[in-house]
Amino acid sequence: MASFRNWLRGTGLAAAAAAALLTGAHDAQAQATIKVGILHSLSGTMAISETTLKDVMLMLIEEQNKKGGVLGKKLEAVVVDPASNWPLFAEKARQLITVDKVAAVFGCWTSVSRKSVLPVFEELNSILFYPVQYEGEESSKNVFYTGAAPNQQAIPAVDYLAKEEKVQRWVLAGTDYVYPRTTNKILEAYLKSKGVKDEDIMINYTPFGHSDWQNIVASIKKFGTAGKKTAVVSTINGDANVPFYKELGNQGVKATDIPVVAFSVGEEELAGIDTKPLLGHLAAWNYFQSVKSADNTAFIAKWKAFTKNQKRVTNDPMEAHVIGFAMWIKAIEKAGTTDPKAVIEAMIGISVPNLTGGYSAMMPNHHITKPVLIGEVKADGQFNVVWQTKGTVVANEWSPYLEGSKDLIADWRSPLSCGNFNVKTGKCGGASK
Amino acid sequence: MPLLRHLYFLACLALIAASLAQPAMAQDDPFAGLAGDSFDDIRHGIETLATSGAPTAAAVIAALQEGNLYSGPDAALFIKTDDGWLDARTGKPATEVAEDALSPVKMNNGVRRAAEAAMGSLELYSPDAAIRRHAAEAVLKSRDPAALEGLTRALAKESDAGVRRIMEQARASALLATPETTEAERLAAVATLRARGDLDARAMLASLTAQPPAVAEAAATAVIAIDRMLQLWGLAQGVFYGLSLGSVLLLAAAGLAITFGVMGVINMAHGEMVMLGAYTTFVVQDVIKSHAPYLFEASLFIAVPLAFLVAGAVGIAVERCMLRFLYGRPLETLLATWGLSLAMQQTVRSTFGASNREVSTPQWMSGATQWGGITITYNRLVIIVFAALVVAALMAALRYTALGLRMRAVTQNRRMAAAMGIRTPWVDALTFGLGSGVAGMAGVALSQIDNVSPNLGQGYIIDSFMVVVFGGVGNLWGTVVSALTLGTVNKFLEPLAGAVLGKITVLVLLILFIQRKPRGMFPIKGRAVES
Repeated sequence: MASFRNWLRGTGLAAAAAAALLTGAHDAQAQATIKVGILHSLSGTMAISETTLKDVMLMLIEEQNKKGGVLGKKLEAVVVDPASNWPLFAEKARQLITVDKVAAVFGCWTSVSRKSVLPVFEELNSILFYPVQYEGEESSKNVFYTGAAPNQQAIPAVDYLAKEEKVQRWVLAGTDYVYPRTTNKILEAYLKSKGVKDEDIMINYTPFGHSDWQNIVASIKKFGTAGKKTAVVSTINGDANVPFYKELGNQGVKATDIPVVAFSVGEEELAGIDTKPLLGHLAAWNYFQSVKSADNTAFIAKWKAFTKNQKRVTNDPMEAHVIGFAMWIKAIEKAGTTDPKAVIEAMIGISVPNLTGGYSAMMPNHHITKPVLIGEVKADGQFNVVWQTKGTVVANEWSPYLEGSKDLIADWRSPLSCGNFNVKTGKCGGASK
Repeated sequence: MPLLRHLYFLACLALIAASLAQPAMAQDDPFAGLAGDSFDDIRHGIETLATSGAPTAAAVIAALQEGNLYSGPDAALFIKTDDGWLDARTGKPATEVAEDALSPVKMNNGVRRAAEAAMGSLELYSPDAAIRRHAAEAVLKSRDPAALEGLTRALAKESDAGVRRIMEQARASALLATPETTEAERLAAVATLRARGDLDARAMLASLTAQPPAVAEAAATAVIAIDRMLQLWGLAQGVFYGLSLGSVLLLAAAGLAITFGVMGVINMAHGEMVMLGAYTTFVVQDVIKSHAPYLFEASLFIAVPLAFLVAGAVGIAVERCMLRFLYGRPLETLLATWGLSLAMQQTVRSTFGASNREVSTPQWMSGATQWGGITITYNRLVIIVFAALVVAALMAALRYTALGLRMRAVTQNRRMAAAMGIRTPWVDALTFGLGSGVAGMAGVALSQIDNVSPNLGQGYIIDSFMVVVFGGVGNLWGTVVSALTLGTVNKFLEPLAGAVLGKITVLVLLILFIQRKPRGMFPIKGRAVES
């Protein structure tokens, strides 16, 4: 019954959007409220991860409205469903900006969806908050990256394994698309710069949704018998993780023998697995639900109350939206307007509390400062933080370990105002040939 | 001036003394180490506790492994049990425990490793042979010279030949790590490990450092010999992987072999029937967990018939309400069932939520067994057997039941069958229901190895069609052979070409094959096909 009601509500929303489109009634409403676009897939393969982010945005907006909104106006969420379809992301983004006239958009998960909407936001000069850890190598004037860059997640994780677990042999396993490929390229260059030999690195890519991991896990086991401590660095994404971890458990690959550190597995993903065989495998994030801080406890309680489900978990991209939203509100208050141009300028330098008990600040490269945490999987599907950075880490949007990107910096303050300034040639516009 | 220097010197001495005193204290009292703050302290605490001979040592470390060891202020240590708290130092029940001030002793992989090795050395004398075997394996992995003495004592008492062998291997690995071992002993140890011949032994032999040249050489040849053995076993292992993937493909495709192969309906919602079966398993387990936990180990046996009924009923409903109006119009059937699949996915998504649902694996299906050099995981083995049973049952149903006879009659010559008094519309509905029901049963099996999410079916629909077309439409044996062939080819290509390229290669080969033989491997011959 509840589902039917949900469905009715869904169609109602769609009908309302269509009506608004036809009559232009939104013009009158836009005076009274500030619209916030939410661009997350609610159907298709990515719905598993992105639906939660839509919910968290609705919660944040509701909460802000209870505080009286911003600039004396209420906020209004405009939810669209790009259905895990990358070109549709661009269409929906255009619709949000030009038809619904939203002040900013919170959305996207996969890098390919971000790349798809990027030209739209740049052309229409609007604002996108992107909440997911990603491969870096990008900085746009119109995008605020609230997820981690590789040096805020991948590189500290590898350092931890090398130092604490004395790992000398590395398996870089990933799903075959842009994020794992770029991250692994950076990691490979980084490991080689630390003196790891070619034969001690094994790279393996699998298609999206890969479900038969038998011989890959077996080959990892075999790779681990060369007499050097071995670890797996996993950039395996989405649905492929559950069968991967199940196979690890069944073949008896324990964390004490070959630990797996994952960059895309959080509390939400573990909810679908029996975690007992995975005890001690690791994940690197900037937030865990198990972090003890007053802000986090309050946030978890609010989230459970909002979703009316005591079992709902929180995760890292949710925290990124919390930070991004708080920054956006602060920037609007500072600029005194929701005009994207003024807000983009006001964003840099804004600092808000994160949920791990510190502060995150928006840097001139449009990335934020974050603490890095390493957690081990516990039997209840949560993470036990075993290591964390002393303070926060500033993002390297252009990796210093890659040829062609190591000379680049991004700085959106005037007079530089450039996303790929080459310090060697002194010109804006990327690597010189 | 000299006075100042003296003072300075004294202060330094005092500092050094203080810094020495702290670890010394922790060394005396392993419990203080366990209640410590850093992972190093805890690890050290475990190691000293294991050798301290304290009567509670085994219980404390076991509690730590289970996450039931709690520490509090003033190095207080308690074990949490179902009946209350025990003092870890004395093993006696503790009263007046300030629970709020307690927190579980922290674990990381280093601590876990130390606990496993410690448990191993403590349990070498257990009366239970299985525990002794496990303990010996743990000591073998730890390669700890300190365990040597315990192993020698345990070996003298050991009666079980299998456990004895592992203990000897463990002793060999410890001997190789002890500096005092003579060269002859070392060579004997290398031979013992070489005889073990598995991946663990290979890892140990490959990692030997600081050995005399003769020993290093023996170890190197042993590694090569083991590698050669493992390569041979690898072939057999590949066959098992192929069979396993093949059985999964077969399960997914068996239902389609009926709906598409026999009836000719291009059913794009076939994957969603599989998904329904997986969600049925989830619901069954959920109900069992909350109402009858003792039934959990049997949950899959309950889920299989239920999944068949649920998916079968949905199948019949779909046939009656939609498909029967579309017979003879394949393009419209394709579009309609595609739309149906999207609608079913979204319905499940809004009912159960978008995230994965946890379907647990019963104990008897978890883990693996070692058979020579092959690792056989139980869940895969069960799925192979299950697939064989499902296909056998399906064939028997088609061959020996009245419904099966009517189905064959209707597909071979519809008008003649109708003239003989068979109600063909009902046979159509039941046939479609049977195919969907089989897909539902496949869902129970897939819930054990894949995600239970609304997208579950999408991953299998292409593969299912591939299997049916490759095998020859309308031929169940063809489907069996085709699933096993595709599975094996895929698994042998994967290590050579990588998972992505392997999959592409299989697809290209398949297209070339279909070009040559458009009707698949085992085409049905006869006039019925021509028309």
